[in-house]
Amino acid sequence: MLWLLLFLVTAIHAELCHPDAENAFKVRLSIRTALGDKAYVWDTDEEYLFRAMVAFSMRKVPNRETTEISHVLLCNVTQRVSFWFVVTDPSKNHTLPAAEVQSAIRMNRNRINSAFFLDDHTLEFLKIPSTLAPPPDASVPVWIIVFGVIFCIVVVAIALLVLSGIRQRRRNNKGPLGVEDAEDKCENIITIENGIPCDPLDTKGGLINDGFLTEDERLTPL
Amino acid sequence: MAQASGMDPLVDMEDERPKWDNKLQYLLSCIGFAVGLGNIWRFPYLCQTYGGGAFLIPYFIALVFEGIPLFYIELAIGQRLRRGSIGVWRTISPYLGGLGLGCFSVSFLISLYYNTVLLWVLWFFLNSFQYPLPWSTCPLDLNRTGFVQECQSSGTVSYFWYRQTLNITPDINNTGTIQWKLFLCLVACWATVYLCIIRGIESTGKAIYFTALFPYVVLTIFLVRGLTLPGATEGLTYLFTPNMKFLQNPRVWLDAATQIFFSLSLAFGGHIAFASYNPPRNNCEKDAVTIALVNSMTSVYASITIFSIMGFKATNDYWRCLDRNILSLTNEFDFPELSISRDEYPEVLMYLNATQADRLAQLPLKTCHLEDFLDKSASGPGLAFIVFTEAVLHMPGASVWSVLFFGMLFTLGLSSMFGNMESVITPLFDMGILPRSIPKEGMTGMVCLVCFLSAICFTLQSGSYWLEIFDSFAASLNLIIFAFLEVVGVIYVYGMKRFCDDIEWMTGRRPSLYWQVTWKVVSPMLLFSIFLSYIILLSQTPPSYKAWNPQYEHFPSREEKLYPGWVQVTCILLSFLPSLWVPSVALAHLLYQHRQRWKDTHPESGLKPQESRSC
Repeated sequence: MLWLLLFLVTAIHAELCHPDAENAFKVRLSIRTALGDKAYVWDTDEEYLFRAMVAFSMRKVPNRETTEISHVLLCNVTQRVSFWFVVTDPSKNHTLPAAEVQSAIRMNRNRINSAFFLDDHTLEFLKIPSTLAPPPDASVPVWIIVFGVIFCIVVVAIALLVLSGIRQRRRNNKGPLGVEDAEDKCENIITIENGIPCDPLDTKGGLINDGFLTEDERLTPL
Repeated sequence: MAQASGMDPLVDMEDERPKWDNKLQYLLSCIGFAVGLGNIWRFPYLCQTYGGGAFLIPYFIALVFEGIPLFYIELAIGQRLRRGSIGVWRTISPYLGGLGLGCFSVSFLISLYYNTVLLWVLWFFLNSFQYPLPWSTCPLDLNRTGFVQECQSSGTVSYFWYRQTLNITPDINNTGTIQWKLFLCLVACWATVYLCIIRGIESTGKAIYFTALFPYVVLTIFLVRGLTLPGATEGLTYLFTPNMKFLQNPRVWLDAATQIFFSLSLAFGGHIAFASYNPPRNNCEKDAVTIALVNSMTSVYASITIFSIMGFKATNDYWRCLDRNILSLTNEFDFPELSISRDEYPEVLMYLNATQADRLAQLPLKTCHLEDFLDKSASGPGLAFIVFTEAVLHMPGASVWSVLFFGMLFTLGLSSMFGNMESVITPLFDMGILPRSIPKEGMTGMVCLVCFLSAICFTLQSGSYWLEIFDSFAASLNLIIFAFLEVVGVIYVYGMKRFCDDIEWMTGRRPSLYWQVTWKVVSPMLLFSIFLSYIILLSQTPPSYKAWNPQYEHFPSREEKLYPGWVQVTCILLSFLPSLWVPSVALAHLLYQHRQRWKDTHPESGLKPQESRSC
């Protein structure tokens, strides 16, 4: 009797879950690609966890809160690690519509991925597109910040150069005038006639009177 | 008499002309002007296309017989006459005054589009300061279930370049709007150029230390990094292995001669301007040979770096092609993960072909050959902005390499821009267009402002099509005509004997037979044959362009379209208008001389008493 029951159960199982069955989905895992050395082996315990996650996802759907782990059927597990699964209703006679399963998986994709340390690429549900995460959008794009820094430096440098050029030019303009002032001052102090300063009161003690020409220059040259 | 009108006698006098702080500044300025973006992205492409190492033979022959002689003439004449290009040619002969004006206008046109390339480089530079790099992923589509369709077909890097940077229109008639991001970068670029040339060679002389030497530092870093990447040696051996049969193709010789010509930036007037600030007694022969050799060595050095990185990229693409195939096989036949290595793939494929051929046929397997990936060559902006940016994505520490690479390209282009702007500004100063009261800073500012306003058209959505037009038509023919006239003008109009005497005074050595033969015969002949070949090539193929059209059936290949009529007219105008300065100025001077002679022979007709010439 018991054997008959077991046989019946597996027969029904095979009927509901086989490759390309109605409402069945293929799942593909790439554990070694994702985890490398830390990869775990896919065994029946992992399958149990998978069935639990699917049942958990289905329970979030309204009207399906009574889904049990036993309602999730797995079949055709390969070495690739790929398999097919279906979710049956409580009576175990027919499978739940694909649309419901799809939406349930999509809502909880993140939880399922993280249960297995995988992501959308390494845990693939064929025919269930995943909602891709939006790219991390900074409030201000990075390039504008760098641009602002560079541009400010350039503008400040230009302003400094222009200002220093103006100052240089102003100093150059004042320069020649300054020299003329000094010459006027000199003129006030010493009057020069014939190349000899007119300063008769010589401090050398009156021995030499510079107001007179010396002997050699008395005669003008030819 | 008119010829000797502006020429100063050969004396060691000190005049008011600005001068270089030291010889190194002058050498670096000339090297920076000559070494530009073309050394990085044009020479490696030519090497690759024309049989690898074999291309070096026509290249060096062209350098010896065309490049160095023409370069020496420019430096010598600038140093002797101590004027910018307009002044020099007007001094040699008033009939040749148009040559200077032509060089001036070509330099103006070239600075417009050259700085636009710099603004693209700046844009990529600014975007490299983030991880992951923005061209590594596609943006998501509206319902966030996948990527944008255009990006999926074309690839992330091409999408980033054509759509997110240029936002290119599918047709040149469709100009689109100004892209504000590019406009901002244009402002920054011209502000940077203004900052560096604000006081002429006083300011560029300081900036050139950095902008001329930094690229060599970065090239060396990239060389070391590139040689340690996997696949670099395959790239180098494949791309440098000489294939002598290419030398029979005349196109190779034409391209070698053209490459040398444009690589040394001849006939711009920039080298004349730089040399005019030299002390009168300076060994320009040694300078010419040094700078030309440094330029060529830089090209070869850069191509080693580029080839090793291209080899890495090709190997990477090849591995990814194999990995994609292996994944398809694994998924279809449910083999255990990672069970097929790249080396085992061919055997597994054969085995499956024998046993399960029908299932195998349905799989989208591509044939992967390393040579196919190595053969994919690119030149110009395509190399820098698409191929290299993709290669950088796969290097560890991608952001750093990207920042370094685009920083190097920016400084390379900037040092060439100094030469371009110098060839525009020095003639303006020498001609005394603006009154002396306006300071130098104001003059350079106005030039930069005019250039900036004119270059805004390149920030339109169709801007890159226009840039290709400028690149192909504005420079090539005009510069060849000007270079030919330069050689003829100096050797035949100024006089070979007088030129040799000047050089003997300046350098202490009379030019040897090699120089005299190349100047008199070889270089003009080479230039003339290049000019003819250009004309023949242009007339054979109707000018067309490759448009980026997402609606094209073979997208992501670019659609080949012919230029519309009005654009063709613009191309023709660009090719010839600058050269028309030469005949028009010659004609104007001829008419002026005629009028003067007529006035001299008819003194009684219409002359007032005070106009009679005093003896």
